[in-house]
Amino acid sequence: MVITEQHKKMIDIYDLYNKMECNNIMLSFKGDITSELMTSILQIMESRLENMGEDPKIKKKVYNVLVECLQNLYHHIDEEPDIEDTIPNGNKSAIFMIGISPSGYTIMTGNYIKTDKVSSLGQRLDKINSLEPDALKALYKEVLNNDIVSEKGGGGLGMIDIARKTGQKLDYAFSEVNNEFSFFSLNIKVSQ
Amino acid sequence: MESIVIEGTPKTPSVNFDSESGVLQLRGRSIPENSIEFYKPLVEWLDEYAGKPQSKTAVNIQLEYFNTSSSKCLLDLFKKLEVMHKNGSDILVKWYYEEDDEDMLEAGEDYQSIVNVPFKMIETED
Repeated sequence: MVITEQHKKMIDIYDLYNKMECNNIMLSFKGDITSELMTSILQIMESRLENMGEDPKIKKKVYNVLVECLQNLYHHIDEEPDIEDTIPNGNKSAIFMIGISPSGYTIMTGNYIKTDKVSSLGQRLDKINSLEPDALKALYKEVLNNDIVSEKGGGGLGMIDIARKTGQKLDYAFSEVNNEFSFFSLNIKVSQ
Repeated sequence: MESIVIEGTPKTPSVNFDSESGVLQLRGRSIPENSIEFYKPLVEWLDEYAGKPQSKTAVNIQLEYFNTSSSKCLLDLFKKLEVMHKNGSDILVKWYYEEDDEDMLEAGEDYQSIVNVPFKMIETED
């Protein structure tokens, strides 16, 4: 049998489906992160967690982490106006996935970031990961109270909050795309 | 002065800042992308209220969720209350959290430890 281009595409879809199935993906999205999209994702996830009869405590944690992750992506994309010029097939899109397993939920995000910001972000995340809960709480309060606020109200608290609420290390990686941009992947677990 | 009444939305809390009774309420969810835009009028209102407060001011914070960008704005509100308290105003912040919501209780305790204003933690049933 000759495999046509069209046939290959069909295999790709099945392949993609299987990959998602293996990772127990409940919801995934790739594209522009807009305010409306975030509202929809949050509504969908909230009603799914509700329908699954999830423990209110876990439900709240997952919801909180989702909000911070989505808003990180949203604000970050805003900050990189020239990304379209240098990324192959470039656009401002990001990837966002939520998986479920017996041990809990996994929230995965991926977005482009300027390579020159990689080391400072990495250092910040390593610092968060090095802290015990009490020290993390102290850092949270310090950053909350430091008067440094971005234009829209963020202030570097998101990642600290995620680490505090999940009680787990932030699992992340950078992949270099070209001289100017890298891809930042973040994998967050909320345990049952 | 006028009171502020704002209905809640899926991303912003309902607000009822009543200058007559001195009861200031925030209820619901506070997860807007742009928190400063939402909170700026509230901080400004409080600034004006601080000039001529009621003999007692009760601040009821009953939030189900709030994002980290709202957390800085909430601190701004509490800092205004701190100044009022320092000037002799009778203020009590009631921080409501749902049963077993340790994260929300801890968030209240964080504020309590940062600002010098009387706080009362109140557990509510889900």
